Amino acid sequence: MLAGVCFGDEPCLLIPSRKTTIKHANVLIFFLFSQENAGQFFSSGHTNNWAVLVCTSRFWFNYRHVANTLSVYRSVKRLGIPDSHIVLMLADDMACNHRNPKPATVFSHKNMELNVYGDDVEVDYRGYEVTVENFLRVLTGRLPPSTPRAPSVINEQIHCWILPLHSYTVVSYIKCHGGNGFLKFQDSEEISNVELADAFEQMWQKRRYNELLFIIDTCQGASMYERFYSPNLMALASSQVGEDSLSHQPDLAIGVHLMDRYTFYLLEFLEDIHPASKTNMNDLFKVCPKSHCVSTPGHRTDLFLRDPGSVLVTDFFGSVRKVELTMETINLTGHIKQWEESAADGEPRKETYSYSDQLPVSEIIHQKPKQKDWHPPDGFILGLWTLILLVFFKTYGIKHLKHIF
Amino acid sequence: MAARRRLVSALLVFLCASSVFSGAESQEATLTGGHRAAAVDDPPTDTERAEQAAEQPAVEERRWEATEVEEATPDEAAGEKQDTSAPGTAAPSSAPQPKDDFQEELVVRPLHSGDIYASFQFRTLWETDFTRENKVSHYRLFPKSLGQVISKFSVRELHISFTQGYWRTMQWGQPFLPSPPGAELWVWFQDSVTDVDGTWKELTNVLSGIFCASLNFIDSTNTVQPSASFKPLGIGNEATDHRFLRYATLPREIVCTENLTPWKKLLPCGSKAGLAVLLKSEKLFHSSFHSQAVHIRPVCEDRQCKTTSWELRQTLNVVFDLYTSGQGKREWSLFKMFSRTLTEACPLASSSKIYIDVTDNPQGEQFELSPATALLSQAVVLGDRRTFSVYDLTQQITFGSVRSLNLLIRWKSTEGDMLRPLLHAERYVAGYGLQTGEIHTLMYNNHPYRSFPVLLLDSVPWYLRLYIHTLTVTSKGKDNKPSYIHYQPSKDRLRPHLLEMLVQLPPNSVTEVTVQFERALLKWTEYTPDPNHGFYVGSSVISSLVPSIVAMDTNSTLKRPLFSSFFPCKEESSFFVRIYTEPLLVNLPTPDFSMPYNVICLTCTVVAVGYGSLYNLLTRSFQIEEPSPGLAKRIANIIRKMRGVPPL
Repeated sequence: MLAGVCFGDEPCLLIPSRKTTIKHANVLIFFLFSQENAGQFFSSGHTNNWAVLVCTSRFWFNYRHVANTLSVYRSVKRLGIPDSHIVLMLADDMACNHRNPKPATVFSHKNMELNVYGDDVEVDYRGYEVTVENFLRVLTGRLPPSTPRAPSVINEQIHCWILPLHSYTVVSYIKCHGGNGFLKFQDSEEISNVELADAFEQMWQKRRYNELLFIIDTCQGASMYERFYSPNLMALASSQVGEDSLSHQPDLAIGVHLMDRYTFYLLEFLEDIHPASKTNMNDLFKVCPKSHCVSTPGHRTDLFLRDPGSVLVTDFFGSVRKVELTMETINLTGHIKQWEESAADGEPRKETYSYSDQLPVSEIIHQKPKQKDWHPPDGFILGLWTLILLVFFKTYGIKHLKHIF
Repeated sequence: MAARRRLVSALLVFLCASSVFSGAESQEATLTGGHRAAAVDDPPTDTERAEQAAEQPAVEERRWEATEVEEATPDEAAGEKQDTSAPGTAAPSSAPQPKDDFQEELVVRPLHSGDIYASFQFRTLWETDFTRENKVSHYRLFPKSLGQVISKFSVRELHISFTQGYWRTMQWGQPFLPSPPGAELWVWFQDSVTDVDGTWKELTNVLSGIFCASLNFIDSTNTVQPSASFKPLGIGNEATDHRFLRYATLPREIVCTENLTPWKKLLPCGSKAGLAVLLKSEKLFHSSFHSQAVHIRPVCEDRQCKTTSWELRQTLNVVFDLYTSGQGKREWSLFKMFSRTLTEACPLASSSKIYIDVTDNPQGEQFELSPATALLSQAVVLGDRRTFSVYDLTQQITFGSVRSLNLLIRWKSTEGDMLRPLLHAERYVAGYGLQTGEIHTLMYNNHPYRSFPVLLLDSVPWYLRLYIHTLTVTSKGKDNKPSYIHYQPSKDRLRPHLLEMLVQLPPNSVTEVTVQFERALLKWTEYTPDPNHGFYVGSSVISSLVPSIVAMDTNSTLKRPLFSSFFPCKEESSFFVRIYTEPLLVNLPTPDFSMPYNVICLTCTVVAVGYGSLYNLLTRSFQIEEPSPGLAKRIANIIRKMRGVPPL
């Protein structure tokens, strides 16, 4: 992932970072184009989408949660969101797990048909890094200085989130092990629906998103979006409160289930989408009828200002980068030549360099021991104590001791 | 058959040649006449260039540039003038006279166990100065991301490796480049850095972004500052001050495709051309051992060694298993190993070669190599003179009429024995229970009559509290007093233990280092999400000067194959080697974090407090007690009782 990172007063450095900051991009967008105007500049809409994809499940038997997340990763990448705009959080390493019979692959379909891991995946947060704290920091952009910055994705143990974020849109998708009102991370901590709603509100107040789509595939998933109150949020869940999300696609060779039902049909739906598709959100809501999913997928659109029927799926899941071609020729060589000359001007070094000895035995043996912190000499301390005792006995005398006992 | 005969005669010619140049370190010999003989020389001759130009004009154009630079370097003054006075000769697309150079290399060593060891080396040399005031802004072959890291953080040397699996020295011999399981990072900073710890922290964060790894877990609790190990591998003219060195390992780091992807992106040709097309993650990670590394250091630019170039060396080592990836057949090919064949060299590379280790196979009795090559090369590597068959990918003839190279190695016999490595080490945890334990480190000197020094470095996390007074070093049943010991005690949650010892290993012996430890109790938030898996302790690092069988090459500026030129060599009689032991997996006393357990705990607490206190109240009989005397009085009474005096 390439991200522009600025260090102080130096020119902008291009440092590939898996944890890029979402903040800059959004701040830029929001301050340059007010929302009314944005539509005129980019009639196609989806120019700066971000996706935050989270799988919060650890351990091999939760293979399907990683596969779920990666299948959405594959789809959003295929639809044009670059790796620099995708934050992928995977709580465990399934691809190179020792139990995986085919290392460096994660399959989403039976008979090893579709390898969603691919050959150029970039995982931003993995293993122990996937924590509630990191997730919230990524969402709200409150990352400590000098940390590798990341946008945001949340995923739970059973369910993961996919968060494709939009120029004025953020989509999040979570797959997790959830309960009524909470989502578990790594089997050791959890995030509640209230915390999540507050995080989104904070994002909204900081103008970190324009529109946000939140998808969660977890047991009782609908409970996670109940408490949302920020505007321009659209939420989807795989199951209603009191329902379980169920798995799909058992594979005998790998020995575990490969997908969850909701994500399986979502992936099937997304595979037919191409950047120019006219499919809208209402089609996305119908992606997994109860006959297929067993659970009842839910969605919430009351916070969303536009009519879901007029919002294209690619507004969230796709990204189009505007490229302007210029016919002007820019001559760079003159500048570089100057550069090289100034570099050659340096006075020639006189001394000769040499390689250092890798194991200088005699030097090591005669190395001076490290100076210790100053400590009063032992004789001084001994003398001090003797003085104290002397003064004591001089004052009270030894014969008084027996009166004490 | 003809090919085989040719190989044999090649060898004979070669042996004669090598006896003539007895002191030489790396020679290439060839038997057949004609233009193939000419092809051996490096840099190529004019006739050969013309030939190539006819065959592949586009590639040749770039090669011209590269060779130009190569010829210019021995005389730096002349080269400098050429750069500025005649920029018109350079290709318009690139910078005037790029002074960088890229080489790629694959070494294949068939192992006696039937496994196969493949080692990739990619080297980018760049004659520039990252430390000067005005920043370097024009990058050609050198990756910009790393160049900026070097200048931003004033890095003098940087070594990072990601490894999955453990290198089995006794079965596989010594690797060309050692690395411990997990991630390892060690960095030398420039003297100008004032806040080394702060820079180190920032650097690890940036590197974790570049390599998609969890290097941001490197903090003060796993960073050490070795006092004698890890001397700089590059050149320098000032004394080394170990305050500017930082070393850390993450033994649990996962290595997978997401680490390989950014690593490949650093190569000038990416994974599009050259040897890097073989790097497919499905095959590379389906192996017994996988290690990828990046080494950045300053090296000599020419023989005089008055100016420095920066060297970026990217290495990837992999051992394919006979049974899991070879299906039990003692037959290996490039296609079987990597599921690809080679069709071209990287066009930006000045040299692109494949070396097959045929030392154990002088007459072709062990295995058969096809297609056969007439080109042989000899190099002193790891204290031994090895013979290699060389395939030069910059020559079209290497690819034959099918325009693709698929090397095939077919075993004929399974006999033969490997030379035992002179030094190897192992480590384990002894003891039982969850309170104390003992770390044993065994170092084997297999040399029949020579002793040699080793420097052992151990970095143990703070939650294993070492009892340093129990440290023993024994060889052959006797106490072996280390000639140098540096021990830095840990501070809880702040820094790890660091133990460095210089020990002389007697000939043909096992030296055992033991130290006892106590396991600390962690705070409940400090446990990992899977605490029952255990906690890792990084590998011990053993650096040593092992006696060499043949004379080592001490002239580091000579042109040598990449795999033999990593560790600089100071004396002819011994070579430097660094080996790593196994990481340890230690169980700490772990509370049960599961929900049923916590429910039981809560229930029991309620029962104990609620019911228990009620029961206590109901059954207890109350009576008035006399006030007890004060503490001083009681003590005085005890003493009076002993004296036989009535109490107060």
